[in-house]
Amino acid sequence: MLEDYIWRKKKERDILIMAHMVVGYPSIEESLDLVRTIVAAGVDLMELQIPFSEPIADGPVILKANQTTLSSGLRVDDCFRFAHQVTNEFDIPFLFMTYYNIVFKRGEERFFAEAREAGIRGAIVPDIPPEEGESYMAAATANGIDPIFVLAPTSSPQRFDYLGRFGSGFFYCVARRGVTGAETHFSVELDEFLQRCRKATQLPLALGFGVSSKEEIEFLRGKAEIAVVGSQALRVLNSDGIGAVGSLFRSLR
Amino acid sequence: MDKSGYYGQFGGAFIPETLNATLWQLNTAFAEVKEDSSFWTEYETLMSTYSCRPTPLTYAENLSSHFGGPRFYIKREDLNHTGAHKLNNVMGQGLLVQRMGKNRVIAETGAGQHGVATATMAAKLGYSCTIYMGEVDVARQRPNVFWMQQLGATVVPVKDGARILKDAINEALRDWSTNMDTTHYVLGTACGPHPYPEMVSYFQSIIGMEARNQILSQAGRLPKRIYACVGGGSNALGVFSGFLEDSSVELVGVEAGGEGLETNKHASRLAYGHGSVGVAQGYKTYFLQDEDGQMLETHSVAAGLDYIGVSPILAAYHEEKKIRFEAATDKEVLEATRLVMRMEGIIPALESAHALAGAFREAPQMNADDVIVINLSGRGDKDIFTIADALGDATWKSFIATKAEEYSA
Ligand SMILES: Cc1ncc(COP(=O)(O)O)c(C=O)c1O
Repeated sequence: MLEDYIWRKKKERDILIMAHMVVGYPSIEESLDLVRTIVAAGVDLMELQIPFSEPIADGPVILKANQTTLSSGLRVDDCFRFAHQVTNEFDIPFLFMTYYNIVFKRGEERFFAEAREAGIRGAIVPDIPPEEGESYMAAATANGIDPIFVLAPTSSPQRFDYLGRFGSGFFYCVARRGVTGAETHFSVELDEFLQRCRKATQLPLALGFGVSSKEEIEFLRGKAEIAVVGSQALRVLNSDGIGAVGSLFRSLR
Repeated sequence: MDKSGYYGQFGGAFIPETLNATLWQLNTAFAEVKEDSSFWTEYETLMSTYSCRPTPLTYAENLSSHFGGPRFYIKREDLNHTGAHKLNNVMGQGLLVQRMGKNRVIAETGAGQHGVATATMAAKLGYSCTIYMGEVDVARQRPNVFWMQQLGATVVPVKDGARILKDAINEALRDWSTNMDTTHYVLGTACGPHPYPEMVSYFQSIIGMEARNQILSQAGRLPKRIYACVGGGSNALGVFSGFLEDSSVELVGVEAGGEGLETNKHASRLAYGHGSVGVAQGYKTYFLQDEDGQMLETHSVAAGLDYIGVSPILAAYHEEKKIRFEAATDKEVLEATRLVMRMEGIIPALESAHALAGAFREAPQMNADDVIVINLSGRGDKDIFTIADALGDATWKSFIATKAEEYSA
């Protein structure tokens, strides 16, 4: 399971990095190249986003990438094939990130069975809270895939207690209000939020939304096990190409 | 586990965790006002003094004799302040915002009617206001954009996705999750995560309460059928809610048939059988989507009906066969618009004209003394450009051309 991997890796390095990418962006071939480059740069885990037409938790950068891949005709089947290929080729854990309708339409059972066959280890689906996700969690777990849930700064203490009872692998802690892609203040407030997360669960913590520099990753050392880099990598990809994304991830170490 | 806001298998609250707290606050505030009888009185007083509720029920005598029956009664939501039923929901939510102590409201809009209503409420109750509107709709409902801006709202054209109503909802949800501490999202129809479907229908139920009393006193009996257009479903649920217990009354929802079933250029999720169950924009219902679950492009001459999903409450009634769903094509709608203008002196919104078209199609099969009610959800002034184009009105075109020359001079 992902949790063991994370704690094991943590013995080697004091903070892990999880990269995010949109499958098929800018094209299938280039996104394969991108995975190669990012893995070579030494990331520890990777989120493969299956594009969705209504990505309500994503800001402009990731939203555009979703739309571009969909209008290029990318299908969910292509994402499973892609997952197969990269999990075969590379020795880090890969997770699917997507929206619930993609899981629901395929059928939860089928989605997770195929994800397991494709070598996927976890699933991050921001619009399925545990209340709605009983059968979703069951299907994931039955297939050995960790359903990752989200903790947010807006969640009340009672809500933290409630959420703490679910999930496996790790918790995805969102650093601030809003959607992906905006700036985050790495402040005392964020510190306090991570302390609240720590109290709510024994699972490792991943901190995402707005992580873009080495200083920010420094800040997270000892506070979270994983730093998630998403929109920043996509911005660099858009402006300077795949090679520059490799340099970005190397510079974060 | 606690799952709330379900109607059969539909509804729920499928939202990112960040929004959980603000939806919780909204649920609590709404639950309080439902229990507080003084709230409804306050609401009715506001609607009868600021707007002109109860809106009339008009006997459409000329239409009735034109078709040789049935007897057409038209519920006049076009006479509500701001020209549509949308204000009913908006003022109700506006009063809730006061109770929640927020100072900013945001909304999506398709036809612009909900946007104008929200901008109006914000002006009246003193909130700052941002309206999200797909770029395509900004272009086709330009008069409403102008009025929203004059009322003090910021109108943000949404350039992502299909650039219509669904995309405006996504953008409003993104804003809300960023600014939820100060901001309330005034969703305009009976869709979205719980409690919106219930809450919007609750405020719109004022239409059905009035209509039931009015038809009983004017026609002396319950109607045989009621017709309402269905975008997200708020005006339909509003009028139908007054008659749900009356098993003799048949409820007919009319969706946007666009260019027709076979063209795939429509927005009919239920009547054409093209929708399938899915989860998006925070709720589970029938959506127009492909096998992968990606939402399809929709089409309607009426921006307010041009939407991928439908109220989970209506989806449940559809499965229970408690409401019948039909679709009217753009062409039928324009014919119905022309007819009701000429015969009754009423200019319907293109959305509302779907309900008329549905009724006109079925009129020949009804008896002369059958009574039917049509919910005329809004007035058509906003559609002046679309209707003029559709009718190919030459004098209007030359007026616009002259005006354009004046501006570019
Ligand atoms: C006049 C009018 N009628 C109907 C609708 C459709 O919405 P609903 O189905 O929620 O009543 C709209 C939406 O913009 C509208 O402006």
